[in-house]
Amino acid sequence: MDALIEKLKGQIIEQLNLAEVKPEEINPDSPLFGEGLGLDSIDALELIVLLEKHYGIKIQDPKDGKTIFQSLRTMAEYIKSQGKS
Amino acid sequence: MNTINSYAHIKYNQVSVNGEIVFQSNPSLSLAEFLSEAYKALGVSYPKFHKMDAQCKLGFLCAEFALKETSFLTENDLTKTAIVLSNAASSLETDRIHQHSIDDRSNYFPSPAVFVYTLPNITIGELAIKHKITGENAFFVSEQLDANLLVNYTESLIQSGSEAAIVGWVEVDGANFEAFIFLSEKQKDTNKNAIFKPLNQTSVITIYNQTIWTH
Amino acid sequence: MIFTSCNNIISPLGFSTQENYQAVSNSIIGVKKIKLPFSQDEFCVAKISDDKVQEQLTHIKNAGTHTKLEQLSILSIQDVLNQSGIHPKDNRTLLIYSTTKGNIDILENTYKNIDSKRVYLSVFAKHLQSYFQLAHTPVVLSNACISGILAIIIAKRFIEQGAYDNVLVCGGDILSEFTISGFKSFNALSNEPSKPFDANRVGINLGEAVSTILVTNQKELATPYNTQIVSGVSANDANHISGPSRTGDGLFQCLTQITDKNTNDIGFISAHGTATPFNDEMESIAFDRAGLHTIPVNSLKGYYGHTLGAAGVLETVLSLESMKHHRLIKSEGYETKGVTGNITMIESHQDKNFTSFIKTASGFGGCNAVALFRKI
Repeated sequence: MDALIEKLKGQIIEQLNLAEVKPEEINPDSPLFGEGLGLDSIDALELIVLLEKHYGIKIQDPKDGKTIFQSLRTMAEYIKSQGKS
Repeated sequence: MNTINSYAHIKYNQVSVNGEIVFQSNPSLSLAEFLSEAYKALGVSYPKFHKMDAQCKLGFLCAEFALKETSFLTENDLTKTAIVLSNAASSLETDRIHQHSIDDRSNYFPSPAVFVYTLPNITIGELAIKHKITGENAFFVSEQLDANLLVNYTESLIQSGSEAAIVGWVEVDGANFEAFIFLSEKQKDTNKNAIFKPLNQTSVITIYNQTIWTH
Repeated sequence: MIFTSCNNIISPLGFSTQENYQAVSNSIIGVKKIKLPFSQDEFCVAKISDDKVQEQLTHIKNAGTHTKLEQLSILSIQDVLNQSGIHPKDNRTLLIYSTTKGNIDILENTYKNIDSKRVYLSVFAKHLQSYFQLAHTPVVLSNACISGILAIIIAKRFIEQGAYDNVLVCGGDILSEFTISGFKSFNALSNEPSKPFDANRVGINLGEAVSTILVTNQKELATPYNTQIVSGVSANDANHISGPSRTGDGLFQCLTQITDKNTNDIGFISAHGTATPFNDEMESIAFDRAGLHTIPVNSLKGYYGHTLGAAGVLETVLSLESMKHHRLIKSEGYETKGVTGNITMIESHQDKNFTSFIKTASGFGGCNAVALFRKI
């Protein structure tokens, strides 16, 4: 799980162009949206693309994103649960 | 008489403010590298910058340099401050990136973060967001800098209620790029700004050609 | 005084303003589920039938040398020139072209014998200039979804400045894989005909159209509309590049500037109403905040889909036509109120005498524009 979280950190920084954020600054349990990384609605859509591109997971209902993208850990758990890590 | 009070010009990996070169990077740097260097030289922290496409980054930097030493943002009513930009390629550079992402059926990943930049006026939106400027907007597309159009339109905005305007040209097309932005204000009784040129076509052409670039 | 004059709409519902108004009056909608060449999936879009375009090509010189958008634009502009009798070479006439993507289908390698440089909007505009032998290089405005209405406002400003007597405002955009794939990635498309302001709205239908209107200071050209452009403004939310202000700030700023507190004679508001959850919600809040909650509202997106750079022109033309006929047009797709702002939707076609209307638009980049039209 930890390896997956580390991998996700790198992918998120790259895909969302978080150039001023270092991987060690991201707490796997902090919220991704609002405070925390300050991600916005476009980032949420971009995370859906990330899951499809890197893990072959298609989120059918974007509303599910809310729970999946709560934190890095929930995201990693979701990927595991889909058997795609 | 309405005036032009400050201006910046970015070209050939150099930045000039009011005609003087204030920053230059190695001419061999790519556009992306140059933009990153110029951002560091500007010395502001604005994480949204890294999310922008090249055109917005270029426009953002040019506006920041033009605004830097001025009191434009504090002296003007930002609800009556217009942003009027123009270029020749619209958003074509980012259009090509989006098109590329859908060209290949087996690698088909259109990106919302790219697609949103496939409109040229997003550059206006980025400037508006950065400085909370809520006045008039217009993005014109012309073959080359049309000083006549920009001056006439700015004049017409001032006639119809605008008090200030950020006006210019922001172009990225392949390896070619250029940004030129001037700050214009409605005539005021007192004007403390050092640079003080009448807003007309001659001024715009003069300041556009003023910088002596290092080659 | 600046007047609206002769006009044209080319859309799935017809090739003239009359055909379009007739169709909309009969509640015919241009949005349909169809297969598009680039995908196995069906898309719910408003597409102009290729056969109908083909029939019109005899009216165009060297029709095969123009892109689809150029063909439609030539037909639309030609119709307005014919109606008005304005000579295209006239030195006091300007063309403003409003578009978001222009000939974007050139990037998709759609054409064999078209110079790919015409994907540049300025080159596209020069192509139209040379076709009609226009005296001035057209001005191109590309300001997302407010382009059309903003182009009409800019036409008024140019004429007031004394530079021109007549400005032809043409707005156009075509359906392309480019825009469809982009809006799909934004999760903004509806698979069914869209439902602006409705509780069950899920997103937009994309549409294609070209619409042209003459803006003039020549009183003799004002008939039969006898309508002036009273005022128009634009404003930016300064909030987010794709999400509208939750409190409708930019649109509210526009509305308060143009309504002049006198809203008594305003017959209706032709809203932007794209049928995305956030856009319609934002508009309802702005209308409510501006004290316009009793003024009937429609969105024409239920008939035409979102025609991007054409939308502001097309919807203004159709609204002018509805004012001419003393009729309010039903907001197609609306059944149950699904916005929190207090607004009054037009739920069926109805007769009403009124002398003015408001047209609004909002778009990516946080931009908003509003214009007020009034009978003279």
